[in-house]
Amino acid sequence: MPILNSKIPEGSIDKKWSNHKSKIRLVNPANKRLIDVIVVGSGLAGGAASASLAELGYNVKTFCFQDSPRRAHSIAAQGGINAAKNYQGDGDSVYRLFYDTIKGGDYRSREANVHRLAEVSANIIDQCVAQGVPFAREYGGLLDNRSFGGVLVSRTFYAKGQTGQQLLLGAYSAMSRQIGKGKIKMYSRHEMLDLVIVDGKARGIIARNLVTGEIQKHSAHAVVLGSGGYGNVFFLSTNAMGSNVTAAWKTHIKGAFFSNPCFTQIHPTCIPVSGDHQSKLTLMSESLRNDGRIWVPKNMEDVLAIREGKLKPTEISAENRDYYLERRYPSFGNLVPRDVASRAAKERCDAGYGVNKTGEAVYLDFASAIERYGKEKAQVLNIDNPSEEEILSLGRKVIETKYGNLFQMYYKIVDDDPYYTPMQIYPAVHYTMGGLWVDYNLMSTIPGCFVAGEANFSDHGANRLGASALMQGLADGYFVLPYTIGDYLADDIRTGPISTDLPEFEKTANEVSENISKLMNIKGSKPVDYFHKRLGKVMWNNVGMARNAEGLNAAIDEIKIIREEFYDDVRIPGDANELNPELEKALRVADLIDLGQLMAIDALNRSESCGGHFREESQTEEGEALRDDENFTYVSAWEYTGDPSKPNHHKEDLVYENIKLVQRSYK
Amino acid sequence: MKLTLKIWRQKGPEEKGKIVTYPIDNIDGDMSFLEMMDVLNVELVKKGESPVAFDHDCREGICGSCSMYIDGEAHGPDRGVTTCQLHMRKFKDGDTIYIEPWRAKAFPIIKDLVVDRSSFDRIMNAGGYISVNTSGNTIDANATPIPKEDADKAFEAATCIGCGACVASCKNASAMLFVSAKVSQLALLPQGQVEAKDRVLKMVEAMDEEGFGNCTNTGACEVECPKGISLENIARMNREYLKAMVKK
Ligand SMILES: Cc1cc2nc3c(=O)[nH]c(=O)nc-3n(C[C@H](O)[C@H](O)[C@H](O)COP(=O)(O)OP(=O)(O)OC[C@H]3O[C@@H](n4cnc5c(N)ncnc54)[C@H](O)[C@@H]3O)c2cc1C
Ligand code: SF4
Ligand code: FES
Repeated sequence: MPILNSKIPEGSIDKKWSNHKSKIRLVNPANKRLIDVIVVGSGLAGGAASASLAELGYNVKTFCFQDSPRRAHSIAAQGGINAAKNYQGDGDSVYRLFYDTIKGGDYRSREANVHRLAEVSANIIDQCVAQGVPFAREYGGLLDNRSFGGVLVSRTFYAKGQTGQQLLLGAYSAMSRQIGKGKIKMYSRHEMLDLVIVDGKARGIIARNLVTGEIQKHSAHAVVLGSGGYGNVFFLSTNAMGSNVTAAWKTHIKGAFFSNPCFTQIHPTCIPVSGDHQSKLTLMSESLRNDGRIWVPKNMEDVLAIREGKLKPTEISAENRDYYLERRYPSFGNLVPRDVASRAAKERCDAGYGVNKTGEAVYLDFASAIERYGKEKAQVLNIDNPSEEEILSLGRKVIETKYGNLFQMYYKIVDDDPYYTPMQIYPAVHYTMGGLWVDYNLMSTIPGCFVAGEANFSDHGANRLGASALMQGLADGYFVLPYTIGDYLADDIRTGPISTDLPEFEKTANEVSENISKLMNIKGSKPVDYFHKRLGKVMWNNVGMARNAEGLNAAIDEIKIIREEFYDDVRIPGDANELNPELEKALRVADLIDLGQLMAIDALNRSESCGGHFREESQTEEGEALRDDENFTYVSAWEYTGDPSKPNHHKEDLVYENIKLVQRSYK
Repeated sequence: MKLTLKIWRQKGPEEKGKIVTYPIDNIDGDMSFLEMMDVLNVELVKKGESPVAFDHDCREGICGSCSMYIDGEAHGPDRGVTTCQLHMRKFKDGDTIYIEPWRAKAFPIIKDLVVDRSSFDRIMNAGGYISVNTSGNTIDANATPIPKEDADKAFEAATCIGCGACVASCKNASAMLFVSAKVSQLALLPQGQVEAKDRVLKMVEAMDEEGFGNCTNTGACEVECPKGISLENIARMNREYLKAMVKK
């Protein structure tokens, strides 16, 4: 049985990374030309890694299932990216970012990794600016910052509500440069369907050309997965429609341990579900909580009147509103971390105070901010005695410059203008902290298989802070992996090219083809989405915002049934050797079903509450998550055994040498 | 709502395509256009017919995947939105809706509504970047202040999502709006100055090689661009191009 060795370097926390870097083995430039690396994913993690590895001289092959690397899901990130620059002089530092991230993650992440992340964060901003990423600036020409939840400083860099787009286009441009030079070979519209292992090492992948259906063998000396998160196991999430777990799951089946799969982030501010036709949910960035105040009516009569359309939210006076976050958490107010804000919304809605027809919505209100900004602006413009309307109109303009695209998005979807009436929001699945287990070098339990970005488990513990995923993706891709992979590849300078004629490639490719024929031949009666929606419902109800042993056991049983019915009754039209989106979905949903089961098993095992994982059996008197440090200060790492319902459980004990474990408080 | 859909069906790049009519019922105004297409596809699958292939991913107007030509307009009748952000409340009960792929020589059809836009990537590979290594060994991000106005303009240009609506709505199938957005973004920033001349020449050359048409200033691209990319960018690129030609 493989033993988990996190390979955390010796020394004090602030020296670990620099010492490690200086001791790590390097590959000389002439030898790098002899080495191939496959990167699966062109998001921030995969895109950044591809560009950096190619610049260093490796031959890189990059895969993505979209028609262009620029469309990876990272493009959709809105609010911002954190970095310990302390440009605002508000007391930020590497240590504070480190501390906030560990605390935000409810003390379930690895200290050494998080410290490294905080250390390299500042450099990310330098790098991106050099690439031409147009971050927001102040009038003096310097970079602007905003605040995100769970912290008391302003360290978030942003480009309006399109930060992910701008950062990804930066990484994409760095990739384009290397593609132009022939150092990256790009495989768009290709999907990895399995990992190939030769003599115990990851040596390639099997991919399907999504246009022709061709099953291809690709070899390399190492494989990097930057394949993103698995939020779509819930069917409805803020993830892009194509986001999926297949690359990670197939790698798990091949021997990589899967860590903390039950750690899911439910984001508090998303547009509520509008009907059964819904295909995805839209996030309203956390940055809005800088200026938006969250509330529900205090009185039940008002709630009912609103639902019947007899009362408008703007007609409810301040004393009759319950700004419940400000009430419960006076020091962080509307900027508590996501898990806390989501549970608080659920608590109010469960108590009957939800403000839409389904009872699952609360208000996010910008009226106070519009008025405040309007007054400030009027003063700046020297307008004496501005009228109420003038003030509001100036205020709306300020809000527009900050969040214009988000307000437009909301308006187009809901058909209601948030400049004049509060937004309705509700929590939705957004991000997955769990992922493939990796050591300090970002290597999985399969030698030569590295995992970066949302696909790994490493930095966010049981809850990720806002604006930290972009930071982690780019840190992994630009600054960590390009070093650590060298240490591994130093052994491969004499290996020579890996042949795809090896029997291992043939065998894996055959397995992939057989699996596809099996699915195509079921010829049942129900479309893939039917099963995906059913899975999503079970996951949301039983493995969602609140979990208990009974519900989790029921989920495990129910998922088994969904699985059986899927393999018995799914219908995939068309052929395997053509562009076939239904087949693509079927392959992804098959893996999401098995993953869903593992998530429930993991959630059942962890009978404590921590971060986004809320076990109803484990809460404080005030309904806050109650950790059990004595029994659960570990990372779960699950090993595939052949039967998805019976995985082996391994543990990596978490050791806190620099931060004292305390009950998290945002009061 | 009850609607009649007239959709371009084409099995593969080499096959002949045609418009096929599909009646559809029970469409709710709150559905997005793509959710309406999902409903159609579920029905087609249940009937054992092949569903309509179309590109999509984020479904929130940012990835640039979706690309439908609806009733003669790229991304349909609403302004400032992509197809995935278009909602059915823009249509009326009983409407007939024509749905076709982007049409341009440089965007060959792969299947149904799916086209190949890799020509855009190749233009980017020719010069749509700043040649700086990603090692992080660069100057502090605040070492060079950039006037807010320039930064904001660069940002506006950088919000292009690479969808190709500009090409699809241009009678010449020109890619000027797309290319000029990237050229402008980098030309407006001090970091982009060093290679500015080389960049514009290379990108324009690549654009011509891909078979995009010439720009005759009809402005259709700006009207149909879901991100409001302005024609000013084309003017700026033309200036950059002339400067570069003079110095060549
Ligand atoms: C709406 C939204 C807003 C967000 N806003 C923020 C924010 O403001 N700040 C923040 O820090 N974080 C934010 N996040 C989170 C953040 O965007 C993601 O965690 C991050 O971008 C993930 O990057 P990644 O590179 O790991 O994966 P992704 O960007 O998801 O990329 C995955 C890549 O892998 C490829 N791929 C996957 N499987 C396969 C396969 N089998 N074969 C081939 N290719 C494959 C895909 O094609 C894609 O290129 C947001 C997330 C969402 C959903
Ligand atoms: S310029 Fe506008 S229409 Fe053209 S690709 Fe960019 S976003 Fe699409
Ligand atoms: S699906 Fe991404 S822009 Fe429409």
